[in-house]
Amino acid sequence: MAMTLVEKILAKATGQPSVKAGDVLEPQVDLAMSHENAALVINQFSEIYKDTGIPLKVWDASKIAIIFDHRVPAESSKTATNQKRIRDFVGKQGITKFHDIRGDEGGICHQVLPENGYVLPGSVIVGTDSHTTSHGALGTFAFGIGATEMASVWTLGTVLNVEVPGTIKVNVNGKFPDQVYPKDLILYLIGKLTAEGANFKVLEFHGETIKNMSTSGRLTLSNMSVEAGATSGIVPPDEETLLYLKEEAGIDFKCELLKPDLDAKYDQVIEIDVSKLSPQIACPHTVDNVKSINEVMNIKVNQIVIGSCTNGRLDDLEVAAKILKGKKVAKGVRMLVFPASWRIYREALKVGYIADLMDAGAVIMNSNCGCCLGVHQGALADGDVSLSTTNRNFKGRQGNPNSEVYLCSAAVAAASAITGIITDPRGIN
Amino acid sequence: MSQEKSKVVALMSNDISTDIIYPGRFMATVLPTETPQYCFADMTELNKRLKNKEIPPNSVIVAGANFGCGSSREQAVSTIKGHELIIVAKGFARIFLQNSVNLGLKTVVCPTIEASEGDELEILPDKVVNVTRGKSFPIEPLPKARQAIVDAGGLIAYTRKRLLEKMGNK
Ligand code: SF4
Repeated sequence: MAMTLVEKILAKATGQPSVKAGDVLEPQVDLAMSHENAALVINQFSEIYKDTGIPLKVWDASKIAIIFDHRVPAESSKTATNQKRIRDFVGKQGITKFHDIRGDEGGICHQVLPENGYVLPGSVIVGTDSHTTSHGALGTFAFGIGATEMASVWTLGTVLNVEVPGTIKVNVNGKFPDQVYPKDLILYLIGKLTAEGANFKVLEFHGETIKNMSTSGRLTLSNMSVEAGATSGIVPPDEETLLYLKEEAGIDFKCELLKPDLDAKYDQVIEIDVSKLSPQIACPHTVDNVKSINEVMNIKVNQIVIGSCTNGRLDDLEVAAKILKGKKVAKGVRMLVFPASWRIYREALKVGYIADLMDAGAVIMNSNCGCCLGVHQGALADGDVSLSTTNRNFKGRQGNPNSEVYLCSAAVAAASAITGIITDPRGIN
Repeated sequence: MSQEKSKVVALMSNDISTDIIYPGRFMATVLPTETPQYCFADMTELNKRLKNKEIPPNSVIVAGANFGCGSSREQAVSTIKGHELIIVAKGFARIFLQNSVNLGLKTVVCPTIEASEGDELEILPDKVVNVTRGKSFPIEPLPKARQAIVDAGGLIAYTRKRLLEKMGNK
C-alpha cells in the first residue's frame, strides 16, 4: 500500500509491512529529548516505579538526550536546584547525550541535537518540547509530548497509543526573491493554514525550493510547523541531508533513505510559489495573524531579538551581520542576539559576524532560549514592542502580557534595528 | 464523566495558549501541588477568584477552538486540574489534549457549544446539555487511542501496569 513518509517511518518503528493514517500503534523510540523540564519527568518517572519494587532504571540511557537551554545560566535558585537534580539523575542513570551549561558543547536543544548527529533520517524522536517538530527537517518523525508521557517512554522505550496522523503535502516551487527566506515561507503558510489548520496532522514538504534549501532553512520550516498545529513537519531526506550529516555531525549515513511513495494518500495538497513572496510578519498576539511587510511598516520597535531554535543559526547571523555591517542600531532600540548553539557562536566569531553585530550596537547573549519564552534575559516593559526571529508571539510570551511581539526573518529584524521601525530589508543597502 | 450540573465560570476565545494558562516565567515550578497558584496568572481577576477558592470544583470553562496551543508544558494541565475545573472547548491543541488525558484533566470536545457565563451545563457521555438555555450540543468522542489511558486512570497507572507486565511481576 502506498504510504506517506511518516507512515513509512511508523511501519518501520513497529515492524509492520504497512500502516495507514488512523491506525493506533506503539512505535519504538530512537531518541527521547528533554531540557530543564526533565525535573518534572524525573518526578513522574519515580511515580511510575513507586511501590513496584522495581529499581529505577531508564529503558536505554544511550537513547535519552538532555540539554539545558531554557534558563541558562540559571535565573533563580529554584531552576539551579532543578538543574542539579537532573545532573545527579543523568550521572546515576549513565545518560551520555547530556549537554550541560558549557561553552564547548551547549546550546538550544533543537540545534544541539542535529549538530551532534543525534538526529538520523527515518527515526522516531520525541521531546518534551513542542518544537521537537524541528527534527523532521532531517526526515525523522519528531513530535512534542508532555512530561508524564516522557516518563512513560523512559520506562518502556515506546510511545503508547500513537494514532498515525494524516498528512498535508506542501509543494513549494520558485526561487526566493532577494531578502526573502524560509522564515517568510513558513509564516506565509501558517497564515494560510491558521493556527489549528494542521492540528493532528503532519506537514510534508516537497518541491524544487525545498530541494535547494539548506538544512538550516528546513529546520526553520519544521520548527514552526507546530504553529499551524501540526504534529510534525517533515522533509524527505536527500543529498543535502547526507551532506549536513557528514559535514556538521561527522556521520557517514549509510542506511536506506525512506521516501514517501509517489501515490501516497494526502489529506490535502498545498501549492506555494515563493518567487513572488514578500517578507512576512506575524502580528500580535497569534502566530497565524500574518501580514505582508508593506501592511505593517513603520511600527516603532523597542527590542529586536535575533536567535532561538527558529532563526539563530549561522546563516541568520550572516544575513544580519551583512545588513548591519558599518551601520548602527537606532538609538533607543535594544538589539539582542542569541546564537542557537555555542558551535554557531564560535563560527560566527571566526568569520567576523559577531564583531560586525557588536560594532553596530547589538548585545551578544550566551547561547540559550533567552527571551523567547520570557523567563529571563531581555524582559519587556509595559507597552514595549519586540520584533523577533523567534517562533511565538502569544500574549505574555516574552514575559510581559502588556507588551507586543512581532515575528519575522533575520533580515527584517536587522533592517528594522537600523531604523527603529519595522522595515523592509529589500529597501536597505 | 460527571453528571452533576456544572456552572460556566469563564468564557474564552479561540487559541488560548499555554502562555495564558501557565506563563513561562513560572515554569521552574513543577509540582502539581504548587502549580495551581499560577493558573491563568495574567488573567488577574480569574486567577484571584481561583486562588481565593471562590470557584467550586467541577466548574466549567467554555472555550473556542485550539485551546492549549503552544508549549508542551504539562504545568498548563496540572494547574487547571488542581482547581478541578472542566474545560469544554470547540477543539484542543494536540499536546494539551494528550497531556489532559495522561493526567486526568476533564476535557470535552464540543464543536458547536453555546454558553454564557453563569449557564448551568450537564455533561453527559455524548452531549453537553445547556440547562439554562434548554439546548444540547454533541460531544466528539476521544480517539480510541486516548480512551484506553482514561480507562486505566491516567498514564502513570497505565505505564505502571505495562512495566509490571514487562518485568513479569504480574
Ligand atoms: S528557543 Fe524558544 S522555541 Fe526554541 S526551544 Fe527555546 S524556548 Fe522553545
